[in-house]
Amino acid sequence: MTKTDLMTRSEQKSSLDWLAVVAFLAIAATYVRAVWFTPPELLQGYAQKIMYVHVPAAWVAFLSFALTALAGGFWLFLKDPRLDRFAESSAEVGVIFTTVVLITGPIWAKPIWGAWWVWDARLTLTLFLWFLFLGYLVLRGAVHEHETRARYSAIVGILGALLIPFIHLSVYLFRTMHPMPIVANPDGIDMPPVMIKTFFLALFSFTLLYAAFVRARYAIAAERDALDDAAAADR
Amino acid sequence: MDQPPLVEAKALARSFGARRAVDGVDVALAPGECLALFGPNGAGKTTLLRLLAGLLSPTAGTAAIGSVPLPGPSARGRIGLVSHRSMLYDALTARENVTFAARLHGLTDVDGAVQRALEALRVADRADVAVRALSRGLQQRVAIARAIVHAPDVLLADEPYTGLDEQGGAALTSLLLERRAAGAALVVVTHHLQEGLALASHAAVMRAGRFVRFDRADGLDAVRYAADYREMVA
Amino acid sequence: MSAPAASVPGIFGAAWVIARKDLAIEFRTRSAFLSALVLSLISIVIFFFAWDPTAVGAVDLAPGVLWVTFTFSGLLGMHRSFGVESHDRAMDALLVAPVAREAIFLGKGFANLVFVVGVQAIALPAVALFYNLPVGGAFLGLAGVMLLAAIGLTCVGTLFAGMTANTRMAELLLPVLALPFFVPVVMPAATITARLLAGRPLEESMAWLRLLLAFDLVFVWACTLAFPFTLED
Repeated sequence: MTKTDLMTRSEQKSSLDWLAVVAFLAIAATYVRAVWFTPPELLQGYAQKIMYVHVPAAWVAFLSFALTALAGGFWLFLKDPRLDRFAESSAEVGVIFTTVVLITGPIWAKPIWGAWWVWDARLTLTLFLWFLFLGYLVLRGAVHEHETRARYSAIVGILGALLIPFIHLSVYLFRTMHPMPIVANPDGIDMPPVMIKTFFLALFSFTLLYAAFVRARYAIAAERDALDDAAAADR
Repeated sequence: MDQPPLVEAKALARSFGARRAVDGVDVALAPGECLALFGPNGAGKTTLLRLLAGLLSPTAGTAAIGSVPLPGPSARGRIGLVSHRSMLYDALTARENVTFAARLHGLTDVDGAVQRALEALRVADRADVAVRALSRGLQQRVAIARAIVHAPDVLLADEPYTGLDEQGGAALTSLLLERRAAGAALVVVTHHLQEGLALASHAAVMRAGRFVRFDRADGLDAVRYAADYREMVA
Repeated sequence: MSAPAASVPGIFGAAWVIARKDLAIEFRTRSAFLSALVLSLISIVIFFFAWDPTAVGAVDLAPGVLWVTFTFSGLLGMHRSFGVESHDRAMDALLVAPVAREAIFLGKGFANLVFVVGVQAIALPAVALFYNLPVGGAFLGLAGVMLLAAIGLTCVGTLFAGMTANTRMAELLLPVLALPFFVPVVMPAATITARLLAGRPLEESMAWLRLLLAFDLVFVWACTLAFPFTLED
């Protein structure tokens, strides 16, 4: 397959990415509902609405890391390049959602606690997730040979997943030593049904968005790998 | 042949992504046989050698050393590998490098084996000099000493004459012939047809991952072979 | 024709042979050890000059200084441990030898451990000296914590050093990958160090000690298992 074959093929692919469309519609629906049709929380007021972004983003962030690690693990035994491409795509999408969590977290914390960053246990864990994602992506950028890159990524992914409980424990021990505010967590609040429904709609639409982004990113990775292979074969 | 071949490969193949570096190779070498492997750059000779050394796993086919399958530590223990890179630690002396190899192979008389190996390659007088202070040719001799210290049954050599002067080249040739006589099997990759054919019992030309020609070396007209080879790789 | 009676060393025997080789090389050149040492000492001095003793007590500051310098100078040494193998492809000779791949990791890891402990052995007295710390009775506890932490730092550092050795920007990539993994080591170690220096008995820090021990057990095992997968096969 030559370079020209691949380029013609991508030009022909002008059909709509239906998954992305559905995902964006779901997101839009969620936020219309969240902003206009869901009442604000009693104690926190309108600031609480950021929860509909913050928590689903965190869910996706941790989900994408778990999937990256899992895909890497399977790659080590099956050596199927599609698994590695999926791991890469999931990581790139995941780091974006993690960034969203780290931005919305302080935005939520400031009106409630008066400080941007309070070393909240979950937010700190998310910060370390961010570091792990970044390390993973920087490593991938530094290794060019496909198989070596997939190999190293898989190991870093698996070890990173192994690290998460240890970070959680460390932060927990640290916080018991240094008294710190406990940011209210959503599952602790007794949410009325209308808020629960909005919350789950947000979770669902974020997951759809994750799937849509990963699929698009995967397609890019697949084309890039095909080009690399074609170049290697021509040599 | 009732005994299994000392070096055996059946439909051996190895791909890197889409690229087929070795694409179905069959080899069967009995003790005392030497295969000279020729071919243009990128033909897959180094990959084949690495497969036979247990450094790579095949993507298809099998390889074995005396019926012990490769890759695997038991098969590797009988192999000596020489390359055009010395694989030495240049901060250590020649003796220390060879001693390290001897210890990894669990030899009982480490010092004796090391001394014998250094003497066989005629580097015993420079044995206690740091490798980085030795000339390229002497480093290559130390590398070969390291590869043979455990008296391997199988010697795999990837362009071993690189960097050797006449004296070193002669020492290597007599060493390889002596190994053959002692019953070892050899695979030697080289660009020098004359040298290769002089050593070998069999000669193969490799191109695009396959053997395109395979002959018994005795009775081969070196000049005809060289001419045919130039045509094959042109 | 077969080789003279030889018994190939087992995993730990081979690891020991490899560790000795690495230590011999480091002892011969000494450059990595001296660089790591100088880095630690200079960092300790800079931290000292950047410190306002009226705001923070010595016993409060010193553990952080100690552990930050150990971590970064340790990384320096570990980065070098695989450099010797890629020069002239010495790693290939190791891989052809009939030793288990895990032995290579354990051997190099042990050599790195000796390196890190060596730096600790000099940095701790230096910190005690500069900050006027009452080490005295806490010494045994401190030594224990330093060893446990060194084990944790070394197993992860060695594995990642192996992976980053041949990449571009390896000196930067190794810390970026390894530092998140060092947190469950450094946090307990620094806390226990602080408590010991403040005269508290070791028993009070059992939770932190357990965390450190658990990390060591899990990650030494995981990294040893992972190492063969980092090699081309």
